[in-house]
Amino acid sequence: MRKILVTLLFLLFGTSAFADCNIKSGSINILANDFPALRTFVETSKQCKGSADFKVTHSSEHNKIAVPALTANPSEFSARIAANSSIVPLMNQDLIRPLDDLVKKYGKGIQDSQLITIDGKVMAVAFMANTQHLYYREDVLKDLGIAVPKTYEEVVAASEKIRASGKMQYPYAAAYKAGWNLAEEFVNMFIGHGGEFFKAGGAQPNINNAKGVATLNMLKKLSELSNPDYLTHDSEAIKVEWESGNVALMTLWASRSGTLLDDEGDPNITKATKLTGPATVGGGNIPAATLWWDGFTLAKNRSDADAEATFRSLAHAASNKKMVADAADQAVWLVEGFVPGPKSIGVIEAVKMGAKPYPMLPQMGLMHGALGSEIVEFLQGKESAEQALKDVEAAYISKAKEQGFL
Amino acid sequence: MGINAPLTQNLMPNKTFFWFFLPTGLAMILFIGLPIISTGIQSFYAQHDQVVKEVKKCDPFGCTVSIVVDNEETTKLREAKPLGKFNGFGTYVDRNHLAIDEIKKFWNETESFGAFVDQVTNLPFYKALIFTLTYCLFVTPNVLLLGFIIALSLNAVARKIRGPLIFGTILPMIVTPLVGSLVLFWMIDSQGIIGANIQNLMNDPYLSLKSSKTLTWITIIIYGIWHHSPFAFVVFYAALQTVPQEPVEAAIIDGASRFQRIKHIVLPHIYPVVTFVALISLMDNFRVFEPIIGFSAEGSAQSLSWLIYDNLVNEEVILFGSAAATSMMTIVGIAILLAPVLIRTWKEFKTAR
Repeated sequence: MRKILVTLLFLLFGTSAFADCNIKSGSINILANDFPALRTFVETSKQCKGSADFKVTHSSEHNKIAVPALTANPSEFSARIAANSSIVPLMNQDLIRPLDDLVKKYGKGIQDSQLITIDGKVMAVAFMANTQHLYYREDVLKDLGIAVPKTYEEVVAASEKIRASGKMQYPYAAAYKAGWNLAEEFVNMFIGHGGEFFKAGGAQPNINNAKGVATLNMLKKLSELSNPDYLTHDSEAIKVEWESGNVALMTLWASRSGTLLDDEGDPNITKATKLTGPATVGGGNIPAATLWWDGFTLAKNRSDADAEATFRSLAHAASNKKMVADAADQAVWLVEGFVPGPKSIGVIEAVKMGAKPYPMLPQMGLMHGALGSEIVEFLQGKESAEQALKDVEAAYISKAKEQGFL
Repeated sequence: MGINAPLTQNLMPNKTFFWFFLPTGLAMILFIGLPIISTGIQSFYAQHDQVVKEVKKCDPFGCTVSIVVDNEETTKLREAKPLGKFNGFGTYVDRNHLAIDEIKKFWNETESFGAFVDQVTNLPFYKALIFTLTYCLFVTPNVLLLGFIIALSLNAVARKIRGPLIFGTILPMIVTPLVGSLVLFWMIDSQGIIGANIQNLMNDPYLSLKSSKTLTWITIIIYGIWHHSPFAFVVFYAALQTVPQEPVEAAIIDGASRFQRIKHIVLPHIYPVVTFVALISLMDNFRVFEPIIGFSAEGSAQSLSWLIYDNLVNEEVILFGSAAATSMMTIVGIAILLAPVLIRTWKEFKTAR
């Protein structure tokens, strides 16, 4: 009798999109990167946890724990907030479950455009878009009569002018920390030059060419205009540099604009901080940037009850109009009802300019890893661009062979 | 070997020793021996050939035709051979490890020996090996020397203030390596207290301890000496307490200087302890890892341990074979480094009997 009652109640409330999710059982454990928009997203999903167990791990080291934690059976996490790049290792190892049935059952408010489908199956539900684009100090550029740069060549010229004026010693900043961040800057710049990372139809590397050399040379020029410690600077570190007024031009994630433009820090700098689209490079017409989505995936090695509870609470956030209205300046939400504000300019411009998404290929992680360590010596002036690219390809090939891609 | 003489008289009977050692021995086999064997086996295997298929992928930015790993096929392969594809010493000799083929090629192609060395040290394994060895070679002797000097000096100060002084001296060892290196990392930042002062001193606004490879190495080595000296100090200080006073007093009466007393009486007495500290230091230093993470020095300094870490976590794709191969080679490396000391100890042990 009680069971029937519960089922009836469930049917009654379950169908209404705005009701409490009424989750009765299951346990929810989420692994996510750590930036404000994701915290908001997870907090929103927590509102509808019902009587399920709810845990979350926000960590900038999420990439390092995801695969081992999801390989375990039952896995540590029931959901992983992933992006274009981090969904790939999960797919490679078959660690996430298709969501079609859950989307059909509980995904009422989720728009079709939010669904990441691979081979016809929904593997993730995206809720925000991200990219790296330019930030500039309006006051500094105005003082020196510099127009807002549209290309990286103009960024270099503008930075040199600012340095020559004596206003700032290191006018440019980007996350060049050796490893993932530096490789990401290479990926952006290489795509801006129209490069393809792999030879058509295979996993053979294709970066040791004129486009690769041009990419490296541009990175080097920019690094010379950056703080000499650039190889240790990640997104957080350059944000701090910016807020201390040491930098006038910067390439940074759109998702960081919220904390950059909040009330903390020097109000004059905050007031003069302006956003613009990503720059192009080498006369190309697509931006030297990659488009990213952030979305949630569900672990395969978890019970159906956990998956259901997790999906329902996350879907609540991924279709939450109130959340996107309240946190409109934290991210470019892909959720219905989002009205882009001034802080979304970067992503919107990038999409308009035809930016490409980060390549979602099974072997891309190996290339990214090889780039992160092998191009450092070129930037330090210890080897030629050709040698660095040769090293990247060689390091990649060894790893790809061990991993069975070649 | 007068010092060892009392020991030999009190040696445990073999049977007692066996039962005494059994629990430790079992734990060692279980937690050290078996994992090493498992790592060794792992290092001979590579992943199966990836079966990929072309599929349509759609995301908020549009649809493309692209490749994914065919999970059904891969699962079949994995179930048939869970360890992967047998690769023999393939991983050991590939470019990211011993790079035998590349070295042969460099030998034939390069004109001068210098160019050859340049090419070889550009390979990841050798790059890491050179840093690791440099670190060991500079840190170990300095740790021994510094530890010994501190122990001697502290042994000479008044007993009243010895306690607080000892505590202060072992502080670097108490501080977690990661925290210690992070503190120094912030201090040497170009805007930190040390970094900014060096810039002023050298009158070079572009000088950065973190961007120069040599300076990064020096920083890490100095940090290593700072961190490890207390260990040597503590052991030496304890050993100094056992130095018999009669010969020292006799030497003083004979007119021996402080230096002569240390050289001819103290050092020979604590010699076995010096060997012990040298062994432990070498082993520790060969596995240098935390300061590289703490100093964000991956760009300029990589150690063998860092390579293992990198293979396991830095990329989303975990390279078990690579990590296992590097681990095995690290073990071999430590064994080679320790061999001279171990052989010597063994010989002394035999003569003592």
